Amino acid sequence: MSKQIDIKDLDIFYGDFRAVDGVQMQIKPRSVTAFIGPSGCGKSTVLRTLNRMHEVIPGASVSGEVLMDGNDIYGAGVDPVNVRREVGMVFQRANPFPTMSIKENVLAGVRLNNKRLSKTEADDLTERALRGANLWNEVKDRLNLPGSGLSGGQQQRLCIARAIAVEPEVLLMDEPCSALDPISTLAIEDLINDLKDKYTVVIVTHNMQQAARVSDKTAFFNIAGTGKPGKLIEFNETSTIFSNPDKEETENYISGRFG
Amino acid sequence: MPISTQTTESGPTGPGSTPESGQKPPQSPATRQQKAVVRPGDRIFSAATLIAGILILVILAGVALFLLAQSKDTITAQISDPSQITGGKGFFSYVWPLVIGTLISAAIALIVATPFSLGIALFTTHMAPRKLAPVLGYVIDLLAAIPSVVYGLWGIALAGNLTGFYLWLSKWFGWIPIFAPAADGSVSQTGRTLLTASLVLSIMILPIITSLTREIFLQTPRLQEEAALALGATRWEMIRMAVLPFGKSGIVSATMLGLGRALGETMAVAMILSPGVLTASLVVSGNQTIASEIAQNFPEAAGLRLSELITVGLVLFVITLLVNMGARAIVARTSVKGS
Repeated sequence: MSKQIDIKDLDIFYGDFRAVDGVQMQIKPRSVTAFIGPSGCGKSTVLRTLNRMHEVIPGASVSGEVLMDGNDIYGAGVDPVNVRREVGMVFQRANPFPTMSIKENVLAGVRLNNKRLSKTEADDLTERALRGANLWNEVKDRLNLPGSGLSGGQQQRLCIARAIAVEPEVLLMDEPCSALDPISTLAIEDLINDLKDKYTVVIVTHNMQQAARVSDKTAFFNIAGTGKPGKLIEFNETSTIFSNPDKEETENYISGRFG
Repeated sequence: MPISTQTTESGPTGPGSTPESGQKPPQSPATRQQKAVVRPGDRIFSAATLIAGILILVILAGVALFLLAQSKDTITAQISDPSQITGGKGFFSYVWPLVIGTLISAAIALIVATPFSLGIALFTTHMAPRKLAPVLGYVIDLLAAIPSVVYGLWGIALAGNLTGFYLWLSKWFGWIPIFAPAADGSVSQTGRTLLTASLVLSIMILPIITSLTREIFLQTPRLQEEAALALGATRWEMIRMAVLPFGKSGIVSATMLGLGRALGETMAVAMILSPGVLTASLVVSGNQTIASEIAQNFPEAAGLRLSELITVGLVLFVITLLVNMGARAIVARTSVKGS
């Protein structure tokens, strides 16, 4: 239930502007990979190409290959809708559907696949997904209340439950803790540790300690200046990146001597 | 940066200082906090909004009072001798066919226009190529600028072409009362029926509903749309999960504004409809709406007849008020809470 991702010569464009240039990367199944780098370096952009959410922005395009277990998700005839059903995503700000209850939120993705769920199946799946997101005990008595009534951290875990309810192969997280307090952040980080037993997790973070805590491998992106494309500078074991990186640029960034 | 003239309240540090830093001897904390600095800009602005708010109430009350005062003759006639009223059977039997005609034509217009409007709004906001969308929006807004007399002329031309369709309707769907033909099996020869008027009305209210819902659909939080898409929703599923629930209360308001226009539209209906008695069938001649009844009879009316027409106007006023209050209630109940 977990796939390997191979990124080959990936260039990403917004209109004529080349936002990201020549990314090469191999992400192993059942691992956590963190993307770090300064704002505007293209790390979120790269993440969004992994489930073709990137092309939702008008004028955006991609060249190169992204292979999931050898199949190019940008190949001819590949439906982005099917890609997104296999690659779940959690966003920077929690975005449960405000008109839906907690349970409906969890089941939203499953219902999209036109699957008819019996009531017991739906109940089981809700419980499994919410347990998977470490939220079950907090919400089990109010599954029919709106998801927007939860705290920020709970809403974010609800979004994770919604993403894993469809049993994706890969889970993408775009700065999932940047709007959360330290305790909620800890809850999500613990959860990421559990999730990697089943899923390939890719997380974008601004917080280098977080990258060091949760990830197996880290990719450092940087940008030469405004208007220049972002580049993958170094992709290595997280321990290497934070103790003895190969590139001086990486060293400067992680030690705070940036630029 | 507005400069405070409230020298008694602003302290030695000048404008922008908090009331707490003023020179006045300390009072109890509660009263001290209530004395905020009042700046002239704020004063002028709040006075201007207050005047605007009061003005709208005054105008509305003025209209209501005028209608009531002018209806006095009708009301006294209704009490003393109902047979004086047009039709000879009192005011209510005179007015209720008009009320029914008005409500039916507005309802049909709404039923026809709303799905088209939502479709056009969704197309321009979420489906159309980026270059085409603004052009379409512009064309729709242009529809709203066409004078209703032009719609009326167009409606008359349209009516002649609809007779064949009405005949077909009455042949196959005549068993439904609203499409029933006349006793001899015929339908309106001119096509100038309530159904034609309703269809023209639907095109007149289309731009209102479309532009309002378009603005609402554009406001859908991007995060909600992306949440749906990232779950593997198709475009339509994304619209159903994120756009429509978010816009629900706005859709209701937009429809109600359209309904308001359909209820009150005068010129086009007066031109298209050949008035007659109330009948259930929409494809034979007959029926009348309040606004068009007033427009067609007002020029020759005098005395009691004039008062009658104004009273009919009062009825329309009340209907519109009720419809709007109903719409408000629906919006309040269905609006999305939270983010």
